[in-house]
Amino acid sequence: MRQVTSTEGTLLTAADLAGNGVHGDDPDVHGKFGIFGGRYVPEALIPALDEVAAEYERARNDVAFLREFDHLLRTYAGRPTTLTEVPRFGEQAGGARIILKREDLTHTGAHKINNVLGQALLTKRLGKDRVIAETGAGQHGVATATAAALMGLECVIYMGAVDCERQALNVARMKLLGATVVPVHNGSKTLKDAINEAFRDWVTNVDTTHYLFGTIAGPHPFPEIVRDFARIIGVEARRQMLELTGALPDAVCAAVGGGSNAIGIFHAFIEDKDVALHGYEAGGRGLETGEHALTLTAGSVGVLHGSRTYVLQDEEGQTIESHSISAGLDYPGVGPEHAWLKDSGRATYHGVTDAEAMEAFALLARTEGIIPAIESSHALAGALKLGRELGPEATILVNLSGRGDKDMGTAMKYFNL
Amino acid sequence: MTTLQTVFAKAKADGRAALVGYLPAGFPTKDGAIAAATAMVEAGCDVIEIGLPYSDPLMDGPTIQDAVHRALTNGTRIADVLRTVEGVAKTGAATLVMTYWNPIDRYGAERFARDLAAAGGVGTITPDLTPEESGLWRQASAEAGIDTVFLVAPSSTDERIKAVADCCTGFVYAASLMGVTGARESVSSAARGLVERTRVHTDLPVCVGLGVGTGKQAAEVAGYADGVIVGSAFIRRILDAPDEASGLAAVRELGAELAAGVRA
Repeated sequence: MRQVTSTEGTLLTAADLAGNGVHGDDPDVHGKFGIFGGRYVPEALIPALDEVAAEYERARNDVAFLREFDHLLRTYAGRPTTLTEVPRFGEQAGGARIILKREDLTHTGAHKINNVLGQALLTKRLGKDRVIAETGAGQHGVATATAAALMGLECVIYMGAVDCERQALNVARMKLLGATVVPVHNGSKTLKDAINEAFRDWVTNVDTTHYLFGTIAGPHPFPEIVRDFARIIGVEARRQMLELTGALPDAVCAAVGGGSNAIGIFHAFIEDKDVALHGYEAGGRGLETGEHALTLTAGSVGVLHGSRTYVLQDEEGQTIESHSISAGLDYPGVGPEHAWLKDSGRATYHGVTDAEAMEAFALLARTEGIIPAIESSHALAGALKLGRELGPEATILVNLSGRGDKDMGTAMKYFNL
Repeated sequence: MTTLQTVFAKAKADGRAALVGYLPAGFPTKDGAIAAATAMVEAGCDVIEIGLPYSDPLMDGPTIQDAVHRALTNGTRIADVLRTVEGVAKTGAATLVMTYWNPIDRYGAERFARDLAAAGGVGTITPDLTPEESGLWRQASAEAGIDTVFLVAPSSTDERIKAVADCCTGFVYAASLMGVTGARESVSSAARGLVERTRVHTDLPVCVGLGVGTGKQAAEVAGYADGVIVGSAFIRRILDAPDEASGLAAVRELGAELAAGVRA
């Protein structure tokens, strides 16, 4: 196995990018994870998707590419991120041992930077000088604008008009970083509509432009590429857990919107059958109200944004608008690999309501001095419930996928601060 | 020959290209769509594509997005789409449904093919269904006796063009440009080359859509393609009209201009 050596030591290998069949769960040649995934896109985009897939295949087997990615992760993104044990928070979780993977400490404040740096390098290899991206909470947009600034790429970010309003700080950050932010006023004015608009841009400008997809959804090869670039989260966490506790955790918890932070931490544990994988979707105001983003929990199999997966849809296949207090989880689709993990039973998915997430948000701040993103707070709320079920003997690893600075506006309103 | 192929053969015998018009069901209203499509036929459209309004039309430009949004707001459902097809098919025009894949997937491929055929529809155009994923739909369509139409694009390799054309039975839809639907100042120069490259791989008619909106453009495209597809320009006339009657008059006027174009 080829290893990449940097002055700081050894971090990334081709296997860390899940390539070369090492994990035996890459999608097939058509991008299918079982019945999920594939490509449902206008024919005009097929050559571009083929080009991205072929270039990625070359890149992930290219030591020079791996070395450059590794270098950026260490010296720019701030990897490896640490684990933090949170005993005061754990007291509220039935006394379970709760350990956080601190993706909130990366540059730009969320795990999104991992994927973005990988894809920005890929963009340069593709010979393109313009990137476009969709964003919900704004974290992927900020990360993309950051990487574009770093590498001298033109950057256009599509963001639902509703999300622009609730994440105004991130809009300002993107602008400061030199990106053009285009508010999308169609449909629900949230993430799904931003994705539609980004696809429209891509099909028009595909010669010069890479669509820097932000989650593990979309047409093949995006679910695979984004997973591989996010996979470093779990690779590090698995090793760090062994160092810290001498054992693997009993469970790994992560929030699921599109699903990139969850797959990022789950993937390295998939073959560890004794490690339970728990994904937490946004339950919004509750399943019974219809105002939620419980795609895996309450959706049905369909096609959205180029991929067969679970979708919130009516009986005639019209997408149902999702709701969540967290813009990053407010999405009526989900990555096809999660659909596959759900159906195979390897991972379990649950709902966490707005109220439960906000309670966990405040609890972590007060007990540990860490303000989490509201997205990540769904995983924290899940860990609270799980810890109470499993008891004080349990060790639970939680992906703290981002920090909550961007959410202070929402928190001020919610808690009357 | 299928109904659709007969239409193209007849146009060819007349020494002209066929005129294909697109309109979403439920736009401007459920009944208004039938009236407008009927006006399009009366003005000279040989083939009508009835759009199935979908919540996430990611290959459509602002005009069709607007029309589709209005149709969905009107409460347009698949039963209305089928009723629209039935109404338009009665005029004698070959009537297809153009739809993103998910509504068919959810409704059930066999059921949709059967219900469409029963309504008098002659086929479908499915712009986001790739050859790789189309097996189920082609089988269901063949069993119901309706045609399948898929798209090729200027970016398509010869290998892809062949794969797409092999899946088509009615005609091949050549997207004239890299972009979303909507009328343009001029028809992309890529269209002619794409039609020529497509003909290498199929004997089926090749129709050009995306960006065609005037009689002059229709005449230009008719010079090298078997059919000229116009959608957004018809919708624009309806959107811009102060009331339904003047909308219909504007549709007739554009239809006549385009019909003259394909005969020029």
